[in-house]
Amino acid sequence: MSDKAKSIASKKSFDQDERLQKVSKLRLLLNRPELGALGGAILVFIFFGIVAGDTGMFSAYGMLNFLDVSANLGIIAIAAAMLMIGGEFDLSIGSMIGFAGICIAIPAIYWGWPLWTSIIFAFAMAVLVGYFNGILVVKTGLPSFIVTLAMLFILRGATLAITRLITGRTQVPGLRVLIENDPIAWIFATDTFTWLFNWLGSMNLIALRTDGTPLATGIPPSVIWFIAATLFATWILMKTRYGNWIFASGGDKNGATNVGVPVGRVKISLFIGTAVAATVFATIQVLDAGSADTMRGNLKELEAIAAAVVGGCLLTGGYGSAIGAAFGALIFGTVSMGIFYTDVDTDWFKVFLGAMMLIAVVFNNYVRKRVTESK
Amino acid sequence: MSENLIEFNNISKFFGKVIALKDVTMKLKKGEIMCLLGDNGAGKSTLIKTLAGVHRPDEGEIIIEGKKTVFDSPKDALDIGIGTVYQDLALVSLMSVTRNFFMGREPLKGIPFIKTFDIEKANKIASERMGQIGIDVRDPSQAVGTMSGGERQCLAISRAIYFGAKVLVLDEPTSALGVHQASMVLKYVVKAASEGLAVILITHNVHHAYPVGNSFTVLNRGRSLGTFNKKDISREELLGMMAGGEELDKLEVELKEMGRLNS
Repeated sequence: MSDKAKSIASKKSFDQDERLQKVSKLRLLLNRPELGALGGAILVFIFFGIVAGDTGMFSAYGMLNFLDVSANLGIIAIAAAMLMIGGEFDLSIGSMIGFAGICIAIPAIYWGWPLWTSIIFAFAMAVLVGYFNGILVVKTGLPSFIVTLAMLFILRGATLAITRLITGRTQVPGLRVLIENDPIAWIFATDTFTWLFNWLGSMNLIALRTDGTPLATGIPPSVIWFIAATLFATWILMKTRYGNWIFASGGDKNGATNVGVPVGRVKISLFIGTAVAATVFATIQVLDAGSADTMRGNLKELEAIAAAVVGGCLLTGGYGSAIGAAFGALIFGTVSMGIFYTDVDTDWFKVFLGAMMLIAVVFNNYVRKRVTESK
Repeated sequence: MSENLIEFNNISKFFGKVIALKDVTMKLKKGEIMCLLGDNGAGKSTLIKTLAGVHRPDEGEIIIEGKKTVFDSPKDALDIGIGTVYQDLALVSLMSVTRNFFMGREPLKGIPFIKTFDIEKANKIASERMGQIGIDVRDPSQAVGTMSGGERQCLAISRAIYFGAKVLVLDEPTSALGVHQASMVLKYVVKAASEGLAVILITHNVHHAYPVGNSFTVLNRGRSLGTFNKKDISREELLGMMAGGEELDKLEVELKEMGRLNS
């Protein structure tokens, strides 16, 4: 170790380039948008490791619990992050979740549609809503903040009105029995790696129920969707032409248009992305709960944006990452569940959420200055 | 080469009652740098946008390589080889050198339907191209925001050339730059012309235009005051013509009077 240090030290004094290279690599890391969220996530885990390490939060069951919450938020946060990199907001994500929920439940329960057709119906409606949001923003040039705020009210109101009109209630239960043997529902409702958990249970490595089956039955579908969404979004942003167009559209709309980037199409597709992500969120939750609720997803749009911002997305567009948003969601999910394992009153969660966002915005601002500062 | 690469014959453009351009004529050969001079509001921007295919002229004709041409869109102009570098450069400062260089025209690799952005190839080309103009991009993934104004201008020009520009239209490439940076850009422009491109350099800075230009077209209030070869006109004459000489003379008199009052 000391030899290595010496050789590095001697290299430093002789080889100036070597030193420059090292600095620039460190700077490269510092300039990554997801650095803040990664650091934040590590801090959060260290904190709960110390405060709640012996409470069962980090048992298999406890971990799946907070991972499930993080993953659900993450699915919409990643779509929100991509849209934000593309320079726009979607405040209608939360309402879309409620709307998608009843788009599945009402046809399935009241109109006798097979569950899979109502799921496809919900996704088709999501594409329509996203397209409408996008075309409105692109054609009118109005701030997406206003356009999607209007859509927030329209969708939430329509969800409530339609549900009450058809069912006379605000909840639509009874979906659970339809999941079995459905050709599509399993994609959103199946625990995976159950064999692993059974094996861990049989080895007495994880907690068991009184009947001998493990308490944690498998990886919930949300987590699989979350991981897949993170990888897919990162691949798109970093490795595809479309990804470059997203950064360009958000970074400088006019410049991008001048060099031939179809900015309008890119933005519309990103709006469709957030609506579809909201529908994935809704489908997973509706099938898990077995019922749709008109208030489902309330205020989720703000949590999604918060996670994207903590994950390093700039509010002005053109900068950010899907991995960052994933870590942002992990932070929120972990804290919102972890707080139950501590002596801290859960009322403090929102305070934490706000403080986290403020720190993130200040930090991001600093990062942007670093990235764009002149030589 | 006697053939003109591009000819503008009696181009006029009206916006409602406003006459933005009237009977503007100019010709340009390969390897030539023509400076388009004019004060604010002289019609420079309208002329550039007509060249770039954003506006269609209401009168007159554009002839490119002997053929009468009509641009329906900026893309038409690009396809035919007119590369316009606007004042805002169409660069995104948060994005890397490579991602900017290939913005909108990314090289692809892989199998059909799952083609990915060939970032290694793009990095290599961007570094090479920037190296050719003497800008050492240590790391092509560095953000454009870290580059100097002159380097950004050169990047935008280099990009236009790489993507097949035969006629390079530069809108005020030196206006926001210091002396050193401006000379770096101008050197690059001369180099590009010597390699066979025709360059239209739009500026209101005669001191930047005069050393590099082969000919000068002066615009005033939408009309061309004529095209002059370098040997036929001095820097001072150009300056006088551009600002409407009287105005400068008046200014000089006024300033003198002020000086007298102060002393």
